[in-house]
Amino acid sequence: MKVLVPVKRVIDYNVKVRVKPDQTGVDLANVKMSMNPFDEIGTEEAVRLKEKGVATEVVVVSIGPAQAQETLRTALAMGADRGILIQTDADLEPLAVAKLLKAVIAEEQPGVVVMGKQAIDGDNNAVGQMLAALLDWPQATFASKIEIAGQTASVTREVDGGLQTLSVALPAVITADLRLNEPRYASLPNIMKAKKKPIDIKSTADYGVDVANRLTVVKVTEPPKRQGGAKVADVAELVSKLKNEAGVI
Amino acid sequence: MAVLVIADHDGTAVRETTGKTVAAAKLISGDVDVLVMGTGVAGAAASAAAIAGVRKVLTAESPSLGQGLAEAVTDLVVSLAGGYDAILTPATSAGKNFAPRIAAKLDVAQVTDVIEVVDPKTFVRPIYAGNALETVKSSDGKLVITVRATAFKGAGEGGSAGIEAVSVPGASGPAAQFVSEEVVKSDRPELAGAKIVVSGGRALGSAEEFAKVIEPLADKLGAAVGASRAAVDAGYAPNDYQVGQTGKVVAPDLYVAVGISGAIQHLAGMKDSKIIVAINKDADAPIFQVADYGLVADYKVAVPELMEELTKIGK
Repeated sequence: MKVLVPVKRVIDYNVKVRVKPDQTGVDLANVKMSMNPFDEIGTEEAVRLKEKGVATEVVVVSIGPAQAQETLRTALAMGADRGILIQTDADLEPLAVAKLLKAVIAEEQPGVVVMGKQAIDGDNNAVGQMLAALLDWPQATFASKIEIAGQTASVTREVDGGLQTLSVALPAVITADLRLNEPRYASLPNIMKAKKKPIDIKSTADYGVDVANRLTVVKVTEPPKRQGGAKVADVAELVSKLKNEAGVI
Repeated sequence: MAVLVIADHDGTAVRETTGKTVAAAKLISGDVDVLVMGTGVAGAAASAAAIAGVRKVLTAESPSLGQGLAEAVTDLVVSLAGGYDAILTPATSAGKNFAPRIAAKLDVAQVTDVIEVVDPKTFVRPIYAGNALETVKSSDGKLVITVRATAFKGAGEGGSAGIEAVSVPGASGPAAQFVSEEVVKSDRPELAGAKIVVSGGRALGSAEEFAKVIEPLADKLGAAVGASRAAVDAGYAPNDYQVGQTGKVVAPDLYVAVGISGAIQHLAGMKDSKIIVAINKDADAPIFQVADYGLVADYKVAVPELMEELTKIGK
């Protein structure tokens, strides 16, 4: 069974984000970029499925600028077999991304899609669900455990207040939550090997789908700063202030 | 133009998130209907009908809806979508699961995690873990919106909307099957809606210490228990305690952070709290920059003292 893993190049999660003074967006010039952390978890899960003999091939897909090849190379170094880059400088919305992925899936015919639940830039948490909808496939989001036996996946999901387990007939879209696994660091030999793995470069036009954005960004601003920083000397002062000044206890 | 709010409820009544989402919906349209779905939803429907300004409550019952399966919810909502210009749901784990599926079926964008309604087509939402706010204007004919409920005040009570059952359509395609659910039973208030939250961080050092220090303090204050991602990753607290961009976003009246340094991603989940208390022995911890009352102290000394002082004032 083939596993398809979409991966996104995003600002590194350790970088402090700066809003551009002209309010058109976030400053990405000379900023460290990495694979979206949830996509790393998705890639790791797919590679583990291959190591367990459940998957036969792991194909990673990225939609983004030419530099997204580096993101694909990271996934290849983790153990994916080949990559597809749909090269575009446009900042596509989740619906457009889902439409492109649907077109890739029509060509690749994977048995399952495993992907991050959310990209940490747009924070939409939408592509997986939208892709499942467009394909009319079942979905299992926010997975903390995936077990595949034959044509069925048992997926434990992180939901408000606990865990839910679903059984999904494949093909299906599964999105990864934080606790699904701990992604590996690629070894140097594997990084070298990844350089020889194939990456197919495509354009959005190759897929003939409507990728027009539906939302116009009016402005991007800094969130209001919270006025904090006051200290109390001891617990007695803390309790007195909470009771008498703030009135919250 | 009418809008539909998909209710969040616990089986007997709607949760606070529903009233807050109705409040957001009213900024889009005066005609707000609420959909209550699940099994045995009469009580929840009655509480939805009592929300001020609700025009009509729709109920839909089926086992799949009760299990919150995205495929069934999508089939139902798409069957109702013709009568509405916008569909809103609180951004709970359930809402986040089904809303994008509905949006894709309707071929529209989802406007995610809305914290402000500027006008009926323009919304403010956090991006980059809340480190930036994006104002977006939709060009879609129909809107699918998830609402960050903590950003809105509840719509209040006093409504007397009619309740009407709608028919549940058959499945349109293959769907996930429910197997089981493990819901953590607790007498404590729910994290997302609690008035007071006590959270512990990595400084606690172990699950035993977390249980020994954080939980009694929470119980004394009648608070929900939260945790930083570092504490969750280290296994000191279960994942559903996690407060932060990748966990729950909370905005209680009082947030007490014990042994939490204040990583960006944690601050994103609690910085809208009314009052923040930080107890940390590192005076340079970033949490102090957002705290209203910072106490530089070892929690091992400060928390027992705090318990004592709270007892003195009758807590």
